[in-house]
Amino acid sequence: MSEWLQDVKDLTLKGQIKVPYTWSVGEVGSRFLVALRDEKKIIGNRCKNCSTVYVPPRKNCGRCFKDIDEWVELGSKGIVTAYTIVRYDYPLQPTKAPFAYAIIKLDGADVGFVHIIKEGLDKLKMGTRVRASFKEDRKGNILDIDSFTII
Amino acid sequence: MDKIAIVGASQTKYERRKKGEIFYDMIYEVTTKAMEDADYTLEDIDNVITVSNDFLDGRTISCMAVQEAAGAHDKNVSTIEGDGAFGAFYGAMRVLGGFGTTLVVAHSKGSEGDPKIITNAMFDPIYHRLLGLDAISSSALQASVYMERYGITEQQCALVSVKNHKNAKNNPYAQLPMDITVDDVMRSKKIADPIKLLDCSPISDGAAAIIIANEKRAKKARTKPIWIKGVAHCSDAYFLGDRDLADPISLKDASKKAYAMAGIKDPMSEIDVVELYDAFTYMEPLWLEGMGICDAGQGGQLIEKGITVMDGKLPVNPSGGVLSAHPVLVAGLVRIIEAALQIRGEAGDHQIKGAKTALAHGINGPCGQSHCVWILGSK
Repeated sequence: MSEWLQDVKDLTLKGQIKVPYTWSVGEVGSRFLVALRDEKKIIGNRCKNCSTVYVPPRKNCGRCFKDIDEWVELGSKGIVTAYTIVRYDYPLQPTKAPFAYAIIKLDGADVGFVHIIKEGLDKLKMGTRVRASFKEDRKGNILDIDSFTII
Repeated sequence: MDKIAIVGASQTKYERRKKGEIFYDMIYEVTTKAMEDADYTLEDIDNVITVSNDFLDGRTISCMAVQEAAGAHDKNVSTIEGDGAFGAFYGAMRVLGGFGTTLVVAHSKGSEGDPKIITNAMFDPIYHRLLGLDAISSSALQASVYMERYGITEQQCALVSVKNHKNAKNNPYAQLPMDITVDDVMRSKKIADPIKLLDCSPISDGAAAIIIANEKRAKKARTKPIWIKGVAHCSDAYFLGDRDLADPISLKDASKKAYAMAGIKDPMSEIDVVELYDAFTYMEPLWLEGMGICDAGQGGQLIEKGITVMDGKLPVNPSGGVLSAHPVLVAGLVRIIEAALQIRGEAGDHQIKGAKTALAHGINGPCGQSHCVWILGSK
């Protein structure tokens, strides 16, 4: 090791990358988010080939590699198939800890829907029935569902 | 498949924060050391694969900034944005495709960005990112499904933490060598149930490199060639809700393919040591199940019975694993390096005696969306 290295004080440099994006949500995504915003409805769609009901809906089935064109209205209830109670905060979370993430199998859907649960965390279990609770002020994004509440 | 081998390997020490070295320095260090290991010069390196991620580095086309450090000046150089095990896969393909040798270099510094914000950005911006998911909370969802379905206990997962941090005491490169007890893990801070602090891998800085060569060029290396007997990767669905999180089908598929290439019929008896990607404790039993080392749901008992400890029937992560150092992107390449060192008989104090066949494993994407499985051998 060179001698001068021992005298070096390591500096750091602060930076932040801020890049605005405007993502298109696509035709299928638009229909899904408009239904959330305007009708407080969760809609999915069914692959004719494998019968899988997807939510959020997809333009095509990644497994069958076929287009999907059959819409399915799913209602707002389902059961918890995975959950975690989050104990830490960081700025991108939509609410303060403790809250839960859950994967919810909505009635009539074949895949899980990821969202949050804010209340009744001590009662939360696998198989717990929950219902989507919508925000008053809806903007056309996934947080138009405020959270799922235990039924 | 033509015979190809790992002929050079090196890694930095993994640390919470490397203040003295910039990316370039870490890459230069491991590139130089990997060439020294093989007794190669830059003229012996036919092409280079770098492994980096723009969000982690805080720089777009981050690969371009590190090519000279990787000895790629005037060479054919390409990049993988993902785990180093997949970078090595690309490197192996390039040797099979006609290059005599490939250098694969991975680097990252978890300390310089914000791991939660960065891992949040791996999720779909339309449906998932606004929920605030990150690597820890998504993994906790997977842990909940897996542990509930098979009755895997938090204590069984804690044993993984105890074992791997203890193993790390014998690995000079590891970041977190520790003597801890199951109680210590159980009492550590709750992060996202069922994951507690000591179930998590740390934030780490570091780099690693390997050199892959064809049979002819391997003869020019100083080292004993470590032959790539089988290697495969497979991917599952992107959305967490589309997957059965307790059934790692892409790992099953990748393992089957790698075993078939290597002629392995009974992995438990034919593999001497496993180095797998244990970003969280529950992943070790779950991935062992996916690899067919034991049946679905038996991973917890496998660990409880002591089968995976240093002197067990099948030692898993004698290096201390990802739990003891988690340089993102680098960690899968480290598993390959550690597996190769075991077969060389150069793993020092964490050497598994007589290791001839080793499995190394890397993951990409949330909750192990894709898996890359390597079977390395002495012959």
